[in-house]
Amino acid sequence: MREITYTEAAREALAEQMAIDPSIFVVGEGIGERGGNFNTTLGLYEQYGPMRLRDTPIVERGFVGMCAGAAMTGTRPVVDFMFIDFILDSMGELLNQISKVQYMSSGRIKMPIVLRGCIGIGGAAATHHSGSYYSIFAHIPGLRVALPSTPYDAKGLMKTALTGDDPVLFLEHKLLLNRRGRVPEQAYSIPFGQAAVVRSGSDATVVALTVMLPKVLAICENLAREGAEIEVIDPRTVAPLDIDRILESVHKTGRLLIVDETFGPCGIGAEISALVMENGFDDLDAPIARLNGLHTPTPYSPTLENAIIPDQAAITRALQDLLAE
Amino acid sequence: MNSHEMALSSEQLRALYKTMTLIRRTEEQLARAHQMGLVPGPCHTYVGEEAIATGVCANLRRDDVVFSTHRGHGHALAKGVSAREVAAELFGKVTGCSQGRGGSMHLFAPEIGLMGTSGIVGPSILQGAGAGYSFKLLGSDRVSVAFFGDGAVSNGAFHEGLNLAAIWDLPVIFVCEDNMYATEVPFREATPNQNVAERARVSYGMNAVTVDGNDVLAVYQAAQEAVTGARAGKGPSLIECKTYRTRPHAEGMRDGGYRSAEEIDEWKKRDPIATFKSWLIANDQADSDAFSALDDDVQTTVEDAIEFARSSPFPDPATAADFIFSTQE
Ligand SMILES: Cc1ncc(C[n+]2csc(CCOP(=O)(O)OP(=O)(O)O)c2C)c(N)n1
Ligand SMILES: [Mg+2]
Repeated sequence: MREITYTEAAREALAEQMAIDPSIFVVGEGIGERGGNFNTTLGLYEQYGPMRLRDTPIVERGFVGMCAGAAMTGTRPVVDFMFIDFILDSMGELLNQISKVQYMSSGRIKMPIVLRGCIGIGGAAATHHSGSYYSIFAHIPGLRVALPSTPYDAKGLMKTALTGDDPVLFLEHKLLLNRRGRVPEQAYSIPFGQAAVVRSGSDATVVALTVMLPKVLAICENLAREGAEIEVIDPRTVAPLDIDRILESVHKTGRLLIVDETFGPCGIGAEISALVMENGFDDLDAPIARLNGLHTPTPYSPTLENAIIPDQAAITRALQDLLAE
Repeated sequence: MNSHEMALSSEQLRALYKTMTLIRRTEEQLARAHQMGLVPGPCHTYVGEEAIATGVCANLRRDDVVFSTHRGHGHALAKGVSAREVAAELFGKVTGCSQGRGGSMHLFAPEIGLMGTSGIVGPSILQGAGAGYSFKLLGSDRVSVAFFGDGAVSNGAFHEGLNLAAIWDLPVIFVCEDNMYATEVPFREATPNQNVAERARVSYGMNAVTVDGNDVLAVYQAAQEAVTGARAGKGPSLIECKTYRTRPHAEGMRDGGYRSAEEIDEWKKRDPIATFKSWLIANDQADSDAFSALDDDVQTTVEDAIEFARSSPFPDPATAADFIFSTQE
């Protein structure tokens, strides 16, 4: 099978669906002729023109609120934020309008809107270009939150985002954008709420989110040489969260570590931990462990930036501690 | 007032009167119901401003859309939502237009283009622009209306929404209901330039007019031009309607302290319904028999609506988390 990048895979799903569905349009800064700061729309403007590849002025609240109105009246906007940090300027439109309209209208108005942007720490982007925010989004009823970690998932989850009728946050980690992987040329979709068991094992379960997945997998290979078989689960979407898949795994392994680059307090790891405790307490042979990035804004200097994310040594230590419990 | 240019028939003129009266009587009954504790939540009435929703919505088709505000009962009724469904919604009943999920500030009837009243000041302007984007992309001749108060004019949504609609030539009619106050804050204290139409023209190059918002024919005429233009692909426009609410900001709130009794009385003399009634009589469009028939008809509708709301069941608590997503979990 051919290999393409994560960005190319997501773009392939977008192009494929734009060809099928003339009501899809993309808005964002530089997503027209320029093809997107991260090449998310490269080549599409030539095909579809400005009504469907709409370059905007720098008015995040304005175009998010506008796209809410568009989604309510028969079209399918894709808002391309470039960096997801910029969505914060439109938080009222997102949390007060987009997430609530279907409910308030008793399901008579749909809200098919995709809000995408790159997340995560890396490349000395510093604090205004390094946020992830998925725990905040997952806290809100009415939002879907997709966190693809492979090119295969990027294409399949984007397809689902573009064919469903719910608002979707599609969050792409900046360190994954150029990673290559096998992606079928034909169309396929990955349903939301289906975690992937990326590696199977019986000694412990690790839930690894987005950019942490490749790091964790590499460490598991090392530990396997020492005889430890670790099961690794990628939730792929955190809203909905496939807690059943995680519980099944914990039933088998009795041990759980959640590795997440983002903040610990009130985060998705805390939620997973609570759910496992509520529903799988008797399966646990050790306390649930969490490994998170530091609870701090993101610093610029590489020595500081590296200091706030779970690195190989920290993940290895956390896993060894868990196995020793 | 002048009805010639608009070519309104006697029947249409009487329909305008009837819609305004329906809004007035419904609001009065809702205010009473609120005082009696039958409306569990907030209630902002549209009393005094009826000419605006009436004059604008009379120019709309069923498939045109309206994005409304916290003061939205009039917009809903003028767009064609039944008084029954509006009243039942305020009473928190399952037969309300939002099945009891919304109340006064979340009235929805998308089937007839009411895309929501709103508990947040501002978003109607952006969503109105977005509907315009949809219609343009789909090649449809539908138009979109965004209502908002003077209180929204200093909000970013006003500037961002007008700007986007203007640069992309969207079929949107922005209708500012300048009733001189945002809660208790006078418009003149909220911004140095209270000429909203001028701001739309100068800052965003938009067609914009200022009209007497208590004159239903003036509103009708401005809306007719704006709607015709938008439908024909001529882009957005703004109508600034000067008006006044003669009841408190919301039911149960004080009405003194920030405005004088004299001011309220002055505006009561300019009541949009009474003024229009005199005009209809003076222009031989209706006689006293016609008025009593219209008034009786409205009275019956409103009494029936309140009785319907009162006797309807509350929603089933088991449905409290329905409709969060497009498919049930
Ligand atoms: C974003 C936001 N801030 C504050 C409020 C509280 N609030 C409700 S109505 C209102 C005044 C609105 O004034 P205006 O837009 O002039 O409308 P009017 O009530 O005069 O019709 C305020 C401040 C709100 N609903 N939304
Ligand atoms: Mg006001």
